[in-house]
Amino acid sequence: MSVHLVLFLAFGAVCVAGAINLLAQTHPINSALSLIAVMAALAGEYLLLGAEFVAAVQVIVYAGAIMVLFVFTIMLLNAGVEERTKGSRVAVLFGIPGMLLGSILVGWVVLRHSGTEAVAAGALPGDPKTIGQLLFHEFLLPFEITSVLILIAIMGAVVLATKPPSSLAGGTARKVD
Amino acid sequence: MVPLSYYLVLSGFLFACGVTGFLIKRNIITIFMSIELMLNGVNLSFVAFAAHWHALAGQIFVFFVMVVAAAEAAVGLAIIIAVYRTRETLNIDQVNLLKL
Repeated sequence: MSVHLVLFLAFGAVCVAGAINLLAQTHPINSALSLIAVMAALAGEYLLLGAEFVAAVQVIVYAGAIMVLFVFTIMLLNAGVEERTKGSRVAVLFGIPGMLLGSILVGWVVLRHSGTEAVAAGALPGDPKTIGQLLFHEFLLPFEITSVLILIAIMGAVVLATKPPSSLAGGTARKVD
Repeated sequence: MVPLSYYLVLSGFLFACGVTGFLIKRNIITIFMSIELMLNGVNLSFVAFAAHWHALAGQIFVFFVMVVAAAEAAVGLAIIIAVYRTRETLNIDQVNLLKL
C-alpha cells in the first residue's frame, strides 16, 4: 500500500465516520461539529489530489466561515434535542432496500467500469497562481456575477433576519416587567 | 496512487448521507447541514475529475460551488431565524402551512 492510499483511507475514514455521526446525533451542535470534521478531512483529500488552493479555501470558507454561521445560529436559537417522529411506512419499506440496491449498483458501475489510472499528487498545478490566472481570464464573467450574487445574499440576509417593523412596534407596546 | 473510482465512491457516500439526513432529520438546521454535506460530496467528485482529466476548470467550479454555498447559508440561516421568530419551533413537522 502506498502512502497515498493510506492517507486517502485515513481521511476517508474520518469523512465516513463524520457523515454517519451527523445522521446519528440528535443534537444539532453535535451534528455541526461532525460536519466540521468531515470538511476538514475533505481538505486533506483535496491536498492529496493536488488542489492546494481548494484545500485552503475549504478550511477557511467552509469549515471556518460557513460552519461558524451554523454554530452561531444553533446557539442563537438555543436549539435543543430534536424530537424523532416516525417516517411514513412506505418510505421505510421501499426506501431502505431501494437505497441499498441503488448504492450497490452505482458502486459496482463506478468500481468496475471507470477503469482509471491514478494521478500523482502535484501532477496538476492547483496552486493559487494558476487558479487565479484561470479565474480572472477565462472565468471572469462568472466571477463577476458571483459578486452580484453575494451582494444579493447579504441584502437578503439582512432583510430577513432583522425584525419586521410591526413586531418592533408590538415589542415596544408590550409592557416589559 | 489512488484510483479515481475510490474518490467517486467516497463522494457518492457523502452525497447519499446528505440525502438521508435531508429526509430523516426533523430539525431544520440539521436538514440545512445535510444540504451542505451533499455540496461537499459533489465538490470532492469535481476535484477528483479535475485531477483525473488534468482540467483545472473543475477546481474553479468548486470555488463557485463554495460561493453559492456561502450565499445559500447566509440567506437560509436568516430564513431559519425568521421562521423561528414566527413559529417558535425548529421542528420541520410544525412548519406545515404549505402542506396539503
